[in-house]
Amino acid sequence: MTYPCIKLSGDTSIAVVFGNEISTEINTRIRAFDEALAEEIAQGRIEGIYETVPTYCSLMIHYAPEVIRYQALCEKVEKILAVSHEAKKLSTTVMEIPVCYGGEYGPDLDYVASYHEMDPSEVIRIHTSAEYLIYMLGFTPGFSYMGGMDPSIATPRQKTPRVLIPAGSVGIAGGQTGIYPIDSPGGWQLIGRTPVRMYDAHRDVPILLDAGLHVRFFSVDEEEYKRILSLVEAGKYQCRTYVKEVQDGN
Amino acid sequence: MGIEIIKGGLMTTVQDAGRRGYQRYGMGVSGAVDVHSYHYANILVGNERNEAVLEATMIGPSIRFQSDSVIAVTGGDLSPSLDGKPCPMYQAVPVSAGNVLSFGMMKTGCRAYIAFAGGLEIYPVMGSRSTYIKAGLGGFDGRKLKDGDEIAFARSGFMPKNLEKRILPEELRFDAVAGVNRAGVTGTATTAANTGPREYTVRVLLGPQDDRFTEAGLETFLNSAYKVTDQFDRMGCRLTGPKIEHVTDGNIITDGIAFGAIQVPDSGEPIIMLSDRQTTGGYAKIASIINVDMPMIAQAKTGDTIRFVKTDIDTAQDEFVAQIERYKELQDLFDGREKKTAAVAAPGANEALAGEDRAGKEPAVPKTAGGKYLVRVNGKAFHITLKEIE
Repeated sequence: MTYPCIKLSGDTSIAVVFGNEISTEINTRIRAFDEALAEEIAQGRIEGIYETVPTYCSLMIHYAPEVIRYQALCEKVEKILAVSHEAKKLSTTVMEIPVCYGGEYGPDLDYVASYHEMDPSEVIRIHTSAEYLIYMLGFTPGFSYMGGMDPSIATPRQKTPRVLIPAGSVGIAGGQTGIYPIDSPGGWQLIGRTPVRMYDAHRDVPILLDAGLHVRFFSVDEEEYKRILSLVEAGKYQCRTYVKEVQDGN
Repeated sequence: MGIEIIKGGLMTTVQDAGRRGYQRYGMGVSGAVDVHSYHYANILVGNERNEAVLEATMIGPSIRFQSDSVIAVTGGDLSPSLDGKPCPMYQAVPVSAGNVLSFGMMKTGCRAYIAFAGGLEIYPVMGSRSTYIKAGLGGFDGRKLKDGDEIAFARSGFMPKNLEKRILPEELRFDAVAGVNRAGVTGTATTAANTGPREYTVRVLLGPQDDRFTEAGLETFLNSAYKVTDQFDRMGCRLTGPKIEHVTDGNIITDGIAFGAIQVPDSGEPIIMLSDRQTTGGYAKIASIINVDMPMIAQAKTGDTIRFVKTDIDTAQDEFVAQIERYKELQDLFDGREKKTAAVAAPGANEALAGEDRAGKEPAVPKTAGGKYLVRVNGKAFHITLKEIE
């Protein structure tokens, strides 16, 4: 198959597919295309697209056939694809997320440590030392699929998923790490929990994170976790940010 | 003033057309599952067609009215009654303060829609009033309705005009639509008239991952009967039947999921994705059911049979656009507006509604009860019989 290509996804959606692997390069191309498309829409040159959803390898476009039909949309899309677009530079902002590791907050920390025959504190050190790129959001509101975790702490999912994982839980699934934004079932290995709300329906920006951002975790003890939690509940906590030094991938 | 929920029923939620624009943040769309019945309910009571309604599943709620209103019940026949007397479906029904709307046996379909003239006072979350139970947001406190809940009307006392006209043509109702034997398709809803298990044939567009299946797998998919299991909720509908063969396996790199997409995981059995689906998923999608056929899936029940038949994008979108035109035509008809969109109707879409005296200023409907009105929808002529409503 040659990429990019357009795939039918029913009569009101298409998927523009850019490859078949998880890589920052493909991710960057999808972002560039999504931005170019958004610009076309903003300029009024394409009508009828009401939503786009970027994922690892493709961009799904949801559209209204009563405004634009399939063939017309494909022509517009191909026109954009024919011109090479530079993605905007990734945001250099890194958001710092506090995490209370282990204990009741991270019931699988000891398992992850023993799986790799290391001390739990070493898992925490490694997990807090990287800046993670958010490739995409999906699954549940605000669930971020992050890449860039050190392979030395990569751990397979649980064989039987948990029925209920509390919101804020930080987990590992294979080489990915992420945060559960709402109480939900799930099979990731839980190593800690953040008091920060990834998702709050009544906040101006309901979803805290976005694709293309970077995240870095820092370790807090239970007392600090509770202090931050009370600030979060009062709407008075803001995550610290800093500027990333080197761009990765582009 | 508004409604009081005496009994919540099995799964009664506030729904509208869904939450658009937030899937890129992992936020599901939600919204009514049977989209046609949902829009018809609103149109019948004179609302914008995207107004919030109640969606009841299998066992409907009991609702006491705190003030006079006009309602319409559409979708599956869950035996609605008003103060113990059968409540007619697919038409505007005036109700008085103190009246109780309740439901009984599930006859045909499984999801009913209740629209209230003037709408319900529900705070929109991210632009939508739809309940997304899994995330606990939208609708009424982000949950299904339970005994004792009260919801106010958004515009209390709103009265649609031409109440006696507000009856949906038989041909557009779920039972009739499901009973239509589509050209070249056999066995569609063969038992539409009774309440036994049904067979529905729905049209699909192959893709986006049909290349992940073998020729034999695609043959199996398009030539087999699949039974609806009891794993069937607002998120998805799991089917059982002949296993669909993958080239390697059913896993893909997580990508987007559209309404009506058919996932086939390693088990080889299809899962149809519905309103509360997750925004992205990691199973190969063999095909998608076209939107105009989705109400059949929304109303299918455990034990019903589903067959898939291939169609093409032009047919699917012609019918999709025609359905939207149909909504506008019904709104014009019920509101007594003269047909004004005829000149701008999309090519291949609908003929204008042809009222017998539409040139005149009088509404094109006989004023006497029992009169008939000729309507043309999609080139087909329909008679609407007017019934007097007390």
